[in-house]
Amino acid sequence: MQISNEAPAKLTTDHTNPPERPDFISVKDFNFFYGKKQALHTINMDIPERQVTAFIGPSGCGKSTLLRNFNRMNELIDGIHHTGDIRILGKSIYDKGVEVISLRRSIGMVFQKSNPFPKSIYENVVFALRISGISKKSDLDECVERSLRGAALWNEVKDRLHESALGLSGGQMQRLCIARAIANRPKVLLMDEPCSALDPIATVKVEELIRELKRQFTIVIVTHNMQQATRCSDKTAFFYLGKLVEYADTPKIFSNPSEKQTEDYITGRFG
Amino acid sequence: MSAPEKDIISPAGYRPAPDLFRILCQTASLLTVLMLGWIIYEILESAWPSIQKFGFDFMTTSAWVPNRERFGVLPFIIGTVASSLLAILLAFPLGVAIAIFLSENFLSASIRQTMRFVVEMLAAIPSVVYGLWGIFVIIPIVKAFGDWAVGSMGDFPLFSGPAYGNSLLTASVVLAIMILPTITAISRNALASVPKTLREGAYALGSTRWEAIFSVILPTAAPGIVAATILGLGRAMGETMAVAMLIGNSSRLSWSILSPSGTLAGLLANQFGEAQGLQVNSLMYAALILIGITLIVNLLGEAVLRHTQKQTAGIR
Repeated sequence: MQISNEAPAKLTTDHTNPPERPDFISVKDFNFFYGKKQALHTINMDIPERQVTAFIGPSGCGKSTLLRNFNRMNELIDGIHHTGDIRILGKSIYDKGVEVISLRRSIGMVFQKSNPFPKSIYENVVFALRISGISKKSDLDECVERSLRGAALWNEVKDRLHESALGLSGGQMQRLCIARAIANRPKVLLMDEPCSALDPIATVKVEELIRELKRQFTIVIVTHNMQQATRCSDKTAFFYLGKLVEYADTPKIFSNPSEKQTEDYITGRFG
Repeated sequence: MSAPEKDIISPAGYRPAPDLFRILCQTASLLTVLMLGWIIYEILESAWPSIQKFGFDFMTTSAWVPNRERFGVLPFIIGTVASSLLAILLAFPLGVAIAIFLSENFLSASIRQTMRFVVEMLAAIPSVVYGLWGIFVIIPIVKAFGDWAVGSMGDFPLFSGPAYGNSLLTASVVLAIMILPTITAISRNALASVPKTLREGAYALGSTRWEAIFSVILPTAAPGIVAATILGLGRAMGETMAVAMLIGNSSRLSWSILSPSGTLAGLLANQFGEAQGLQVNSLMYAALILIGITLIVNLLGEAVLRHTQKQTAGIR
């Protein structure tokens, strides 16, 4: 599969790349079921390269479910199935030849609740490298500095890299998880409500970081915070009851939505 | 206006008098402490003549000759520690492996539930039954293994011959089976309570199941697994009946795990019935030492547990 075999570094260098693909991730007629319950209904959407796409909608609308299908995390749950297809760079992630391990290695994910491992800050960041068999100290050192700088955490932790990650503050832990997610230079960064457990100052920092990171990564962010979507996303998708109601440029969604449901949601009339 | 306010803060709603529930709880806990104190006092009192006569030498000499009133329990102390450690060595990898198997979704939940029940059933088998089973099943196996080991590795002190059926190894194998449910059940709980977010984090980074288990899940569950091991060790040290039936109850010191040995608990069980005079006092002294060893193991375990907990604190 293309995703796993290409050197990730090539795709993260700016400007020299061919123009951004408008369909970096492409969802085609996608239906998803937990057991008999259908969670997603015929989703069709293209997610552009190196932009931030926000998924909004009330709880249970399927936005996280869709996000978790991009790296096939839903497969940790029993009794799920899907129809339709999801393609990244034109290749189906459900192809027989796709190994889910290598798919996940090329897609970073940040969760709602920060989940640093009970290890040192350093070992947290290099986890993805270690499991890919990289153990050369210079490579690891380079990766730690690059990733922590990328997550705007380097200056705060550079003197205590070998202390436990569990001694960090909540906001620092979440940025550490972002550093860990980008350590192996993935192409896509999935963020599942990354700021919902953070205080406003930490939230601002993570949002700045998201705007910074989109120069290198294709970012999809699930959020309950509509200000956050307006502040840091380029495109916004509104989901309701498992359906994609509206998907457009963020300014348009929030100033002039085409659908009545979208307008009701963003003006706070339900949800 | 003032009436309801007064109700909330007035002394009428608050009873300074001791209430029945508190007294009940206090009595129950006090009773436990008193009981422990009483047991230790009684043992200390009946051991006193022996303590006065032998003092510290009791623990460093290896004679046990009741006719000549010469008593020393060094071989039994060593036998107690060695058989328990050997049992842990056998049961720990097996128990943790079973715990991993039962806490991961390798099989459907109903099969895992059944297997869990079966493993925990091992704890329900009486000690004497284990002893009998050991005599008929484990002794011939260990004897055969021993003969082979003496033949091929006899130069190595741990396997020096001759090999006996009633030996340290036999007792340890049966002890390992007896403490397996303890280690498995507590380790399984520790593994199952590793937060889902950590598992997801490991899998999202592209871990295989093996990598997720060994680099994230096991280290996170370490405090619980340590606790399980200590409880198992404590149980192995105090175990009496099965060990007394299998270990050979010898007071001869030997390096070989294929030789008969003895434990403090086994010594007490074997000799107390016919003991008299100073022998009773000496057996009580041995009981005191056994309590002391289990206490030290538990304190050590507590220290290790606190240390590992500190390393993994704040994940949940």
